[in-house]
Amino acid sequence: MIQVFIGLLAAVTLAATAAADQMRMAVTTSFHNSGLSDILLPAIRDDLGLEVQLLVVGTGQALRLGAAGDVDAILVHSRKAEDAFLAEGHGTHRREIMYNDFVLVGPSEDSAGIGDVASAADALQRIARARQPFVSRGDDSGTHKKELSLWAAAGQDAGSFGSWYRAVGAGMGQALNTASAMHAYTMSDRASWLNFGNRGDLALLYAGDPVLFNQYAYIPVNPDKHGHVKFDLATKLETWLVSDRARTLIDTYRINGETLFVFNATGG
Amino acid sequence: MSDIWEGLVQAFLLVVRLDAELIEITLRSLQVTLTALVVATAIALPLGALLAVRRFRYRRLTIAVLNALMGLPPVVVGLIVYILLSRSGPFGVFGLLFTPTAMIIAQVIIIVPLIASIAHQALRELWAEYHDLLISLNTTKTQRMRAILWDSRRALLTAALAGFGRAIGEVGAIMIVGGNIDHSTRVLTTAIALETGKGDFALALGLGFVLITMAILVNLSIHALGRTETEGRW
Repeated sequence: MIQVFIGLLAAVTLAATAAADQMRMAVTTSFHNSGLSDILLPAIRDDLGLEVQLLVVGTGQALRLGAAGDVDAILVHSRKAEDAFLAEGHGTHRREIMYNDFVLVGPSEDSAGIGDVASAADALQRIARARQPFVSRGDDSGTHKKELSLWAAAGQDAGSFGSWYRAVGAGMGQALNTASAMHAYTMSDRASWLNFGNRGDLALLYAGDPVLFNQYAYIPVNPDKHGHVKFDLATKLETWLVSDRARTLIDTYRINGETLFVFNATGG
Repeated sequence: MSDIWEGLVQAFLLVVRLDAELIEITLRSLQVTLTALVVATAIALPLGALLAVRRFRYRRLTIAVLNALMGLPPVVVGLIVYILLSRSGPFGVFGLLFTPTAMIIAQVIIIVPLIASIAHQALRELWAEYHDLLISLNTTKTQRMRAILWDSRRALLTAALAGFGRAIGEVGAIMIVGGNIDHSTRVLTTAIALETGKGDFALALGLGFVLITMAILVNLSIHALGRTETEGRW
């Protein structure tokens, strides 16, 4: 017991001395999988001398981390959940930064025939009608919530689907791995899809419907609720995220020649 | 199958190139797990000896519970440690969440029952042999515990190595309490989970082979230090 205590004490003092300009930000798996963070974080370190530690989790968990005060800011993409988070006073405000889009991927033979449909709702209806295997994130993440809202918009009740609807309860990469192994359809953000290394027989089948746009927003955690959060650093980071420097980096980030994110912050 | 070959090639390349990131996360894996192992043995060995030497009312129940806890699900341990260390939890003021210390705490909780159970098993048998002698010499409880601990040191080494094995390969708990933060709390197992998520199986397997190799090296060097398995010794 004494050893534990000494160990703890030593670790606390070490952690306290090492913490110069560091802050923690919870981000979604889709943002991190895109690889954009590898471009932005070094730039932030060079420009602001600020080390941003990323916690890569689903939106649901990111919001919980913010509510508990375990991170200083969050960068997520689920409007309804964000509004609820702000309404409960966990965050100071919501700042839109950029958007990307979701795509529907599936086995390249496309037996449900969603390649030439007019809308995302139509595509989902065809998958449901054909009862083709569909992998759902099922982890309460932003992508999962988006998927559920799309099913609802297509007049389908995701809760009543049969065994062809497989909620895997995992991150985007895991869900894509599962879809690849099962020859199933799934919905992914474009960034994760482009960076995904184990496609197997999967192909991008449908994209482009405006309802598939995916807005990312930055929310600093409320210092009135948690006195220890580094609100000044979170503000500094926000100013940087809406600056022209961030705009250039975000807009010019490409994978295989494809633009992934569109910067749309205002008042930078 | 080709994935496994690619994994072996990746592992080889990573080691040969002395990849800076690989060295960093490997050292952190070692640092976290070895610290956890030292703390856990310091708790578990005396505990095992105490259970062997002392007779008290709920001894049987305590031993049964301890044995059952060997199967503690790491994810649950992680979640409980997370809730305790969270800023809104009872120990939130220390700010320990998402630090290597939090990972050490979680691993200590996971491996203490394992080490204590295995140690107790070995010590109990030795105690049965030494019982009459040590009692007739009118030794104190502490002296008895010391004697059996020292004389069963080889078996206790096995207990410690079992604890090391469980801790070094563990991912569920440290993912939750460490957060897998790059350059801060990323270790081999969480990096493997991350690369699997990205669909980069070759790199994930490569890291896996590095982990296995490292575990073998640690075991070998501990045996070498303890000079077990050499001629003329048991």
